[in-house]
Order: sequence, then structure tokens, then C-alpha cells
Amino acid sequence: MSNILVIAEVRGGAAKRPSLETVTAALQLATATGGKVIVVACGSGLDGACAELRKTGAHKVVAVDGPAFANYSGDGFAKAVVEQCAANGATAVLMAHTAMGKDLLPRVAALLDAAVITDVVGLGHEGGAFTAKKPVFAGKATMTARAAKAPFCATVRPGAFAPACSTSDAEVSKAATPAGDLLAVVKEIVASAGGKVPLQEAKVIVSGGRGLKEPQHFKLIEDLAAAFGPGVAAVGASRAVVDAGWRPHAEQVGQTGKVVSPPLYIAVGISGAIQHLAGMRTARTIVAINKDADAPIFKVADFGIVGDAFEVVPALTAAIADVMKGK
Amino acid sequence: MDIVVCIKRVPATDTAIKIAADGKSIETAGVTFELNAYDEFALEQALRIKEQLNAGSVTVVTVGPKDCKKQLDDALARGADKAVLLSTTDWMYDGMQVASALAAWIKTVPCHLVLCGRQAVDSDNNQLPANLAGRLGFACVTEVGKLTLADGAFTAERDIEGAREVVACKTPAVISCQKGLNEPRYANLKGIMAAKKKPFVEQPAQLGARGMEIVALSLPAPRAAGKIVGNGAGAVPALIAALRETKAL
Ligand SMILES: Cc1cc2nc3c(=O)[nH]c(=O)nc-3n(C[C@H](O)[C@H](O)[C@H](O)COP(=O)(O)OP(=O)(O)OC[C@H]3O[C@@H](n4cnc5c(N)ncnc54)[C@H](O)[C@@H]3O)c2cc1C
Repeated sequence: MSNILVIAEVRGGAAKRPSLETVTAALQLATATGGKVIVVACGSGLDGACAELRKTGAHKVVAVDGPAFANYSGDGFAKAVVEQCAANGATAVLMAHTAMGKDLLPRVAALLDAAVITDVVGLGHEGGAFTAKKPVFAGKATMTARAAKAPFCATVRPGAFAPACSTSDAEVSKAATPAGDLLAVVKEIVASAGGKVPLQEAKVIVSGGRGLKEPQHFKLIEDLAAAFGPGVAAVGASRAVVDAGWRPHAEQVGQTGKVVSPPLYIAVGISGAIQHLAGMRTARTIVAINKDADAPIFKVADFGIVGDAFEVVPALTAAIADVMKGK
Repeated sequence: MDIVVCIKRVPATDTAIKIAADGKSIETAGVTFELNAYDEFALEQALRIKEQLNAGSVTVVTVGPKDCKKQLDDALARGADKAVLLSTTDWMYDGMQVASALAAWIKTVPCHLVLCGRQAVDSDNNQLPANLAGRLGFACVTEVGKLTLADGAFTAERDIEGAREVVACKTPAVISCQKGLNEPRYANLKGIMAAKKKPFVEQPAQLGARGMEIVALSLPAPRAAGKIVGNGAGAVPALIAALRETKAL
């Protein structure tokens, strides 16, 4: 009875990619525990998502489907998940470390009085105990921890595992939504303007800092991001320009903003303060453009150009647009 | 409305982390500690709600070693009415233990609202608020960027990936605070003087069983030294070539 339960996040009728990644983490862990992987999705109208989730290599998919779950409720979903833990003999519960995961998984842990480790990038099972690796101090250190009791709950960092995909066809079953009042319920979801790519899901992030001198000069950053083509690049920002009100906090990268790990990160007019580096140092490739050759950002950048952003960025935008045209 | 604000003392964010000899903790010599940045938003929001209602109380609480007194005193100086130190011998990283210690204490006091920072910037757990809410049976909304209170219920707005959620939330509730929620006030001299007369309670934390233990703490591998491909706009072709060569483009 050491089954592993994965809570899938379904939005707009589809399972989110970080949930599929979490299934991979669970399948790896299940090889060590000898248990099965059960995926639980909560919501209303889950057939489409279940069709996708049954093709992940999981042993079983449970849809807690009903009109009461038309909108997300942390307390409502947690109750349903705990029922499924009991019904499926789960000793570990995993969910992606997303806005929903951070809101839901710890509540499940509370109801199970479980050990909890969040934002993990590695999982194991040794001598009967779950182990996990997670970044601490905004990635300035990595902690390896061992759960001292079962059950065990963890959130998995997006991007740490590849999304699960298999030719298998897991059994799908339905469960009723639990009875009782909901305490906190989503009333409305307001999409961000213009179908922007969320920072954590972007393949390329172009970030601007105080070196751009004035808020309207972020046009340079937006144009460079746009040159990568639709849906590829997102705009990020340093705290200095967020505090100055030039950019929304949602774009802030760093210790008190978002921690991102895109394949390509381009920092323009950003000095590279320790708190900024904490948010982007695990990007696969880092490019820095700064007029000061001694700026600390060059210590983490794979490739740097020393120069004036107002001159370099338009040239880079044109060059990237050319490359993309050739693709 | 009686409000509890959970705070944490953390190393300053510009600390260069070094691992201590035990291989499981950080070297604290020369490290300055401060109030966790997100907890400042929680405290400020509590003070504003008390001002809005012109009634109620604000109690700050932390689970941690005696050194946390400084951050609790700072919170009193900013306007909290009472401070509680649930004392432990160590730096607390075990999310389950902290949540159960706080829940055990909160059950003994009048409380309609718990405000927390979205996460502590040392352990980066981001799990306490929802865990605490589960243990208390309270409603919960995490990472809130806008909060309004009307007719005894909250409307909370929070950023999710690529969108913003508007959440209807009953009381009692646990709300965790994101940057942007408000502009925190700082202590002035009058506040610092007044703080000296405010109640400060210290009692051992009821930690209960351990949820986890640290096996090791390590530093990430440093990034290989990068290279400056050139100066000015003329360096763009060299950059493009380097990006293509490394398959970054
Ligand atoms: C508690 C706390 C938390 C923090 N959290 C974060 C965080 O999450 N994220 C974050 O980013 N910061 C954070 N900071 C702030 C951080 O310490 C820095 O102040 C901030 O990152 C600086 O932003 P910047 O690089 O845009 O500005 P600056 O440091 O002012 O750097 C501007 C850079 O632009 C360059 N420049 C100027 N003109 C040009 C030009 N024409 N062309 C090219 N380059 C030019 C300069 O050489 C310089 O390097 C935090 C600080 C604290 C105390």
C-alpha cells in the first residue's frame, strides 16, 4: 500500500504541463516504492483532460467531477483529494508547485497530518523513507531532506521533470464531489491582456532593468521578445523597475519575484544583484547586454555584449527576426 | 476582528550563503537577519484592516529561537498590539512542525483572520498558510495581491500563471500576502517608545512529532565562466553565431 497520488491541475479543460511532469516524478518514485500511480483531477467537465491523463503511464485516473467544482476551491478540492487518498491507499501525494499547487497541496498535507516538502527538484525512497531535494535561499543552496513520517506530501518544481507520455490506457473512474459548504471559491478568472506567455512557461525571457532609463523604453524589450515569434518569449523585469512602477510585479524576476529557468534568458541593462541572480541563474543559456564591463551579470552570463542597450538591442532584434524567418 | 500575523526572522536577501561545518545548516557568523520581506505586507494589511474597522487587535507571532525578539519588537513598533514568541532551539524548516505549533497556539486565542507572507525567503517553502488553514478549518487564499473586506467576507485577487483569479473567501480565514498588496509602513520613534509597554509573551512551541529532517545542505555548482563576445551593436553577429552553435537558437 505505498501508492502515489498525483493531483492534476486542469484549466480550460486541459491538464497543465507541470502536472504531466509531476506524473513522471511519481512514476519514478513508484518504481522505488513498488506502488502504483493514481492521478486525481478535480473540476467540472473533465472528460477531455482525463483522455490526456490516461495516456501518461499512470495506473488509474480518478475524476472528481461535478458542478460544485466548476471553479477552484482549495478547501473543497482538498477534501476530495483526501477521500481519494484513503480510497486508493496512497502514502505520498504530489502536485506541481504552481499557484494552485501551493494553495492546495499544503492543505491536503494538513488534513493528512503529513510531512511536507515543497518545490522539489528530485525525489527518492530509501530505507522506507521518502527523500527530496529542493532549492532553498532562492536557489543559493540545495537541501536534501528525509521525511520523518508518512504520509508524505510534496510539490514538484515545474521544468524539473519531462512531461509523462505513454501508449498505455489507464482506467478512468468518476467520483462525486464531496458534500458541504465551500469556504473559499474562485469567482472569476481574468486572463492577462493580449494572450501573453506566462513567465514560467516561456522558452525565452527578455528582461529589462534600470539601464533602460525610462518606462517607455521597454518597447525595445517587447520588440526583442516579439522577434522570437508568437507564444515564445515573455518580458521580465528587475525589481528596480518594478518598484519604480514601470512594470507590473508579475514580471519581476528574482528572490522576491519569480524564479525562472527558461532555455534562454536575455538580461538588458540589469546589473546582476544577488537577488536578481537568484531568480534566473538556472536558465540554460544566459545572455547579458550591459554598458558596464564589470557588471556582476557578466559573471553568470554565458555570452555578453558590452554596450549601450539603445544601440545593441535593435540590432539584436533585427538579427533574431532574420534567424526566425529562416526557420 | 482579531488578527494574528505570522512572521519569520530570515537572513538578509543579499547574504552570500556558506554551508556550516555540520553540512546541514548555514554559517551564521557575519550574517544579518531581518523580518521576512513578505511578512511586512502581512503586518501592514493587518494594521490597515484594524484601522478600517476601528476595532479588533493585531497579534504578531513567530516560531523560532529567542533571537527573533528583535523582529517581534519591530512589529510592535510598527503598530501591532501584542507579540508572541513560540520558542524553539533551532532555525525552523520543518513545515509540518511549524504549522502544527502555530495551529495549536491559535486555537487558544481569539482569531478571525491569520495573515502570513507568501513564503519565507530562507526555506522557500510556501506551504505554511494553506497548511495552517487546513489544521484550523479556516478558509484560505494564498499569494494575494489585492484584498477587500466587506460584510464580514473577503474578496481576494491573486496572480496565477498567465491570469488573475478573483476569490470569494469567508471568515475565519488565512490569507498569504504577495508583494504589491500594500506599501508597508516603518516604525517611527513614537512607535518604538510605545512598543516597550506592549505585551510580549514567550512560551515553548508545541512542535509535536518531526515531519522531516535535513540530510545535507549544499551549494549549487557554479556556472562556468561566460564570455564577452564583443562590444556594441557590431558584436550582434558573433552573439547570434554563439547562440546557434550552442543550440540556444
Ligand atoms: C529584500 C530584497 C529583495 C530583492 N529582490 C529582488 C528581486 O526579486 N529581483 C530583482 O531584480 N532585484 C531584487 N532586489 C533588488 C536588487 O538588490 C537590485 O537593487 C536590483 O536588482 C537592481 O535592478 P537593476 O539591475 O535593474 O538596476 P541597477 O542595479 O541600477 O543596474 C542597472 C544596470 O544597467 C546598466 N546600464 C545603464 N545604462 C545602460 C545602457 N544604456 N545600456 C546598457 N546597460 C546600461 C548599468 O551598467 C547597470 O549595471 C531585492 C533587494 C532586496 C533588498
